[in-house]
Amino acid sequence: MSQLSQKHLLGIKNLTEKDIELIYETAKTFKDVINRPIKKVPSLRDITIANVFFENSTRTRLSFELAEKRLSADVVNFSSSNSSVKKGETLLDTVNNILAMKVDMVVMRHSSPGAPHFLSKHIDANIVNAGDGTHEHPTQALLDTFSILEKHGTLQGVKVAIIGDILHSRVAISNIFALKKMGAEVMVCGPNTLLPKYISSLGVKVELDVMKALHWCDVANVLRIQLERQQIKYFPSLREYSLYYGINRRMLDQLDKEITIMHPGPINRGVELNSDVADSDHAIILDQVENGVAVRMSVLYLLAGLHN
Amino acid sequence: MQKKLILDTHLLHITVDRLCQQLIEAHGDFSETAILGMQPRGIHLADMIHQKLEEDLKTKIDLGYLDTTFYRDDFRRRDTPVKANATKVPFIIENRNVVLIDDVLFTGRSVRAALDAMIAFGRPKKVELLVLVNRKYSRHLPIEPDFIGKDVTTLESQRVLVELEGGKHNKIWLINKEEK
Repeated sequence: MSQLSQKHLLGIKNLTEKDIELIYETAKTFKDVINRPIKKVPSLRDITIANVFFENSTRTRLSFELAEKRLSADVVNFSSSNSSVKKGETLLDTVNNILAMKVDMVVMRHSSPGAPHFLSKHIDANIVNAGDGTHEHPTQALLDTFSILEKHGTLQGVKVAIIGDILHSRVAISNIFALKKMGAEVMVCGPNTLLPKYISSLGVKVELDVMKALHWCDVANVLRIQLERQQIKYFPSLREYSLYYGINRRMLDQLDKEITIMHPGPINRGVELNSDVADSDHAIILDQVENGVAVRMSVLYLLAGLHN
Repeated sequence: MQKKLILDTHLLHITVDRLCQQLIEAHGDFSETAILGMQPRGIHLADMIHQKLEEDLKTKIDLGYLDTTFYRDDFRRRDTPVKANATKVPFIIENRNVVLIDDVLFTGRSVRAALDAMIAFGRPKKVELLVLVNRKYSRHLPIEPDFIGKDVTTLESQRVLVELEGGKHNKIWLINKEEK
C-alpha cells in the first residue's frame, strides 16, 4: 500500500503502524530532495494550503511553510492576532471563509484540544493538526521518532525517556502514541505536579528521579517548561526545577553509555538543558529541525495524493 | 490471461550486448558520459548495461538512479499515489552526456518527468534515451528513444511485463489484459 488510511492528520492516535512507516519512507526521499542543489519538487503545484494559526508559533509554522514551498504548493498564512477572530468570528466561519477562496488543505494550530477534529467533521479539505492545546502535535512526534529511527536504525525496543512538563505537553502525548505504536519503550519523568494522574494507563513507566531515568534510557527527549500554559505554580521556582530536573554534562558523564538528547525547541538554556548538553555531540536537536521539514513534506504529499 | 514471450534470457543477452556496442560507438570511452537508470524498473537494465560496459571498456563509468515520483504529471489523478524510491546521483550532471535508461517506453510521460527530475541536479550537455522495449504508436508526448532493444506494436489495453532480476530468469512478456 502506498497511501494513508486517513484523510486528515489529526493525531497519531488514529494512524496505523503502516501509515507511520509510509510517512517515514517518504520522508527519507524528501530528505534527499532538500539536500540537493535544487530543493524543490513540483508535486503540489496545483494545490493551495492555508496555514491557520490561532496560537503563536515560529518554528512549526516556518517548517510547514518551507515544506509547502519545497513541494511547490501555493501558501496563504493566517494568524489570529491580526484577523477577524478578534472581532468575534467563530472558528468554523473563519475556516469556511478561507475555504471559499478555494483552498485544498488546512494546517491548523489552535489552543483548544479537539479543534481540528471538530473542523474535520464540517469541511472537505484535508486538515493537518499543527498542535491543538495540550492534546496532540502529530508532526512533531513523527519527526522526533523519525530522528530516533535515523540515529538508532530502529524504534523496536529503543528506550525513550520523555523528561519535563508532561502535563501541558502535546508533544509528550503524541510521542507516547507514536513510540508505543512503533515498538519503543517509553518512560515519562518530571516532578509529580507536572505528570498527568493517569499517564501510566498509556503503558508508560513513570519516574520522578531524573538520574534514574537517564540511566534507564537510550534517548532522552527533554521538554520545555510551558510557563505560558501554567495558571498556577507547579513548582516553587525555575531555579529549583533546574536544580532537580535540569540536565547537564556532569550527569551525562556519570552514565555508563552514550545517550541521545532531543528537544522539540525552543530551549530554555540553563533550565531544562544546560548549554554544555544542548551543544554537545549527544544532541540531535538541529537534526530534528531538518527532519521536521522532510516529515512535513511527506505528510502533505501523502494527504494530497488521496484527493480524487 | 494471454501471455506472449517477447524476450527470454538468451535473447536479452544478445540485445544488451548490441545496445552496449551501440553505446560505445556513440560515446567512446564514456569519460564524458554517465548512465542514469530510471526507478523503479529501469535500474536493473541500467545495472546490466553498466556492468557490461565496464567489463568491455575496462574503466569506471558513472552510474546513478533517478526517481521521478515527485515530478509526475498524474499526481492526484491516479487512484493511489505512486510510492517514491531512492534517487542516487553520485556524480556531477552539469555539462555531462547522460544516457537515461528505462525498461519500457510507452506514453513518454515518465521520461518527461525524468527530464525534469534530472535537471534538478544540473544542466546536462546532452541527454539520450535507451529503452529495452519500445511500444510504438502509443506516445502521448513527442519523445522518442535513441537506443532501442526491441520495437513492439501494442494495443493501449495490453501490458508489457518485464521480469529482470539480473539472474538467469529474465523474461519480458506481452500481456493481453482483456483476456483476464
